[in-house]
Amino acid sequence: MPLSHVAFLILSAVALISGGLVVTRRNPVRAALWLIVALFSVAGIYLLVKAEFLFAVQIILYVGGIMVLFLFVLMLVNVNVSVRQAPFNRQWRVALATALLLLAELAYGFWRGAAPRLKALAPVAAPSHPLGNTQAVGMALYQNYLLPVELVSLLLLVAMVGAVIMAKRRFD
Amino acid sequence: MKAICEAALSVSSGDVVAFLLRHPLLVATLKILVVFAVLSGLVAYLVYLERKVLAFMQARLGPMRVGPWGLLQPIADGLKLLLKEDLIPAGADKAIFLLAPVISVVAAFSVFAAIPYGPGGWTITNPNVGILLILGVSSLGIYGIILGGWSSNSHYPLMGAFRSAAQLVSYEVAAGLAIVSVLLMANSLSLVEIVRRQQQMGAWNAFLNPVAFLIYLIAGVAETNRNPFDLPEAESELTGGFHTEYSGFRFALYFLAEYTNMVLIASLATVLFLGGWLRPFPGVRWLWPLDFAPVAAFVGAALFVGWLGHGSRVRAERIFFTVLALGCVVLAAVVAVPVVLHAIQGVFWFTLKVLVILYGFIWYRATFPRYRFDQLMAVGWRRLIPLALASLMVTAAMLLWTGNRAWPLTLANLLVGVGMTVVLTAGRSGRPPRSALEATR
Repeated sequence: MPLSHVAFLILSAVALISGGLVVTRRNPVRAALWLIVALFSVAGIYLLVKAEFLFAVQIILYVGGIMVLFLFVLMLVNVNVSVRQAPFNRQWRVALATALLLLAELAYGFWRGAAPRLKALAPVAAPSHPLGNTQAVGMALYQNYLLPVELVSLLLLVAMVGAVIMAKRRFD
Repeated sequence: MKAICEAALSVSSGDVVAFLLRHPLLVATLKILVVFAVLSGLVAYLVYLERKVLAFMQARLGPMRVGPWGLLQPIADGLKLLLKEDLIPAGADKAIFLLAPVISVVAAFSVFAAIPYGPGGWTITNPNVGILLILGVSSLGIYGIILGGWSSNSHYPLMGAFRSAAQLVSYEVAAGLAIVSVLLMANSLSLVEIVRRQQQMGAWNAFLNPVAFLIYLIAGVAETNRNPFDLPEAESELTGGFHTEYSGFRFALYFLAEYTNMVLIASLATVLFLGGWLRPFPGVRWLWPLDFAPVAAFVGAALFVGWLGHGSRVRAERIFFTVLALGCVVLAAVVAVPVVLHAIQGVFWFTLKVLVILYGFIWYRATFPRYRFDQLMAVGWRRLIPLALASLMVTAAMLLWTGNRAWPLTLANLLVGVGMTVVLTAGRSGRPPRSALEATR
């Protein structure tokens, strides 16, 4: 087995295990920390398929930005109270149904896909772009998919304004 | 499996050594070790330098007792911190409490692998997303601060951690926008390419885009939690901020991380804005005497140290300083050899620029009073970010319209800088908003 396959298996195992720990930890700060580990291993998989730009952006945005804000909010939670509460309250049936649906979807994808062996699971490097990875992403986002990108950013803007308005209304 | 074992046994030790010597990781590992050693020493003596410079600015002498002119003070401090008891608060989240300082130090040190210290072999590695990698890894240091503050299970550290998180996230936006202008000018994310670009332009980016340089410097000071942005560890308000509950070796790790981050911000400012390893006016031929600046620097150091020894009344100090001065003379002679001079040229200018910026950081600390928290947020969000956005747009427009000519870029940036400053400061008094006043009551 080549080294990249070993790395891929280790990284995906870490991602899966830490993902499981995220939903089973009762201490919310611990859960957030395991989520950071999961995001890191996904970033490692990006690097493995030679998507350096995605790797860096994953770390800067998710690990360095969004998770910091997550932790910021979670630290205001009283840990002693949250540890006593039961996780998965009232929602486990919905969650189970969703998870089974997703599993079925993935299984169908693998079944329809090429070979159902380990080889098919291994990472495939993206075809190298003459301009390089970063330029390729930029070209795709701002030339081929300009309209969807702008629509998504508008959606984010609306969500942001909405959050500000809701926060203001509560204080007034 | 058996075949592998037999193959391994058949290899003689000489082959192993040859293999290791030829392995590409060997040189990289050696370079990393050198950088780590130099950086640790630099950080230790940066603390000494800070204490000395602050002392002289306040008409004091600073550390004088341990060794001649207090030169052994950093070693004594380090030993003291190593020998002190490593206290863990009773209510702390133990695992996270122990882990937090390590995160800070690892994030601070590992970034230095991607910094180009000089041309060619002086660079450890040159990833094509270099600047993004550095920003990403260095932003992990914040976890050390907020996790340390939270896991202490104590009020002052938690407040310090909150302040730190809010401050870092706010000022990272301004710093990021300033860096984007540089990336546009260089048309690359690689730090080596950014320096080469400044060589081609014949001018440092600080002159081409002074507004972005200033924004980056201010945001850089804020990101290292230093005066006037040192609210996360404001002594008069939070006793010690996020590291109040830390002692001994773990406290030393936080200290190390903070000063290493200072060096990192200074190194990045040097690479992005001050031409990295290039000498001043890289394109001007008749300034060739500047190439001999390393020799002059060592001769100057020898004269200074000799003067110190001459003025000393203690015999041991006189001997020490004379030996040091002679060492500097020998170094000056070594550096004067053309081959050596050529080899260390780049690294000399890089180090000099980093030290000048570090001196500036210490100078700010002696000069500016600490901001109030609402002022801190106002400077970040209402002043720096709009200014950075305007500067970014003007830079992009000028690059598109006038290509790579230097003067239009500089002029447009200066204009937008002055204009935005007028707009942003007009009609605002220095009084804090009502909510801030009520919060302090």
